Amino acid sequence: MRLQYATNIRIVEMTCSGNIDHRVILNAFEEGADGVFVAGCMEGDCHFLKGNIRARKRVNAVKKLLDEIGIGGDRLEMYNLSSAQGGRFAEIANDITAKIKDLGPNPLFKNSSCCGCSCSKEGGDQ
Amino acid sequence: MIIAQQKQIKEIAAMVSDCKKVALIGCAGCVTVCLSGGEKETEIMAAALRIMRKLEGNPVETITFTATRQCDPEYVEALDGVVKDADAIISLACGVGVQYLAERFDKWVVPALDTNFIGGSKVHGVWEEKCGMCGDCVLHKTGGICPIIRCSKSILNGPCGGSQYGKCEISKDVDCAWQLIYDRMKSLGKLDKLMAIQPPKDWTKSRDGGPRRAVREDVMIG
Repeated sequence: MRLQYATNIRIVEMTCSGNIDHRVILNAFEEGADGVFVAGCMEGDCHFLKGNIRARKRVNAVKKLLDEIGIGGDRLEMYNLSSAQGGRFAEIANDITAKIKDLGPNPLFKNSSCCGCSCSKEGGDQ
Repeated sequence: MIIAQQKQIKEIAAMVSDCKKVALIGCAGCVTVCLSGGEKETEIMAAALRIMRKLEGNPVETITFTATRQCDPEYVEALDGVVKDADAIISLACGVGVQYLAERFDKWVVPALDTNFIGGSKVHGVWEEKCGMCGDCVLHKTGGICPIIRCSKSILNGPCGGSQYGKCEISKDVDCAWQLIYDRMKSLGKLDKLMAIQPPKDWTKSRDGGPRRAVREDVMIG
């Protein structure tokens, strides 16, 4: 299956969505990401039993923090899908890209031509 | 352990709004266990503060470090080099740690936490108050359940008339400590011990006479 999805998605692999940490998400925004989407396994299918349930709780906590600090919790979302759902992944990747495009660039880098890193691209990543 | 909770990030940011370089100092003691001021929380707070300040057009540089304990001079002295260039220090310790840092460093030291109580974990993420630090423990008389802090009235000869179906009259979510004490003593076959009338408690060992001090001359060095 060779599916196309938005090319500005950067994938950060983790051993389990339950391993997602507030710091990883905040770091993504500080480094220039315009949005973050956490992909966890289907609820009830976690190999570690509750990893994805815990991930969602943590994502909700970070969304609240993002609202408080001015980035906006809307820029962070979590989805549940299995590793066999390639089509669904591509669909979500495109949906979240469209949503973040509507929200505009990361407010931390709104007035800069680049995400602040050493790369040469225009704007940030999702 | 001491249970503390983080203040709102906006409140903390306001305390250091005029500082360009801030040291956030965590504590690896109680506040790490109650997930409010350990290494992880310190780094999260630093990131949140940097983001907030950058959005305000007033960027701040942060230094993070987690001390073994902030309530011990030897670990506080070890922070000399860490906070050297900082305009202000944000302490993610209990009120004790904040005061130790303020005594040691001639800098603006602010608290990131509200120190709540002495307690323990019920389940992961839930902590309960268990000790009133009265300085005159009576747990041997009450089956290991503290009437000083767990009874809303701190009475020594309970229960009072506000105990209904095992709950305290202040809230249906609060157990009546004296019901718990009665049940516990009954299960231990020691109900007869509850028949003894407890005289008024000696509160001179509590907050009478200002801040308390404990001295152990046998372990003092020098």
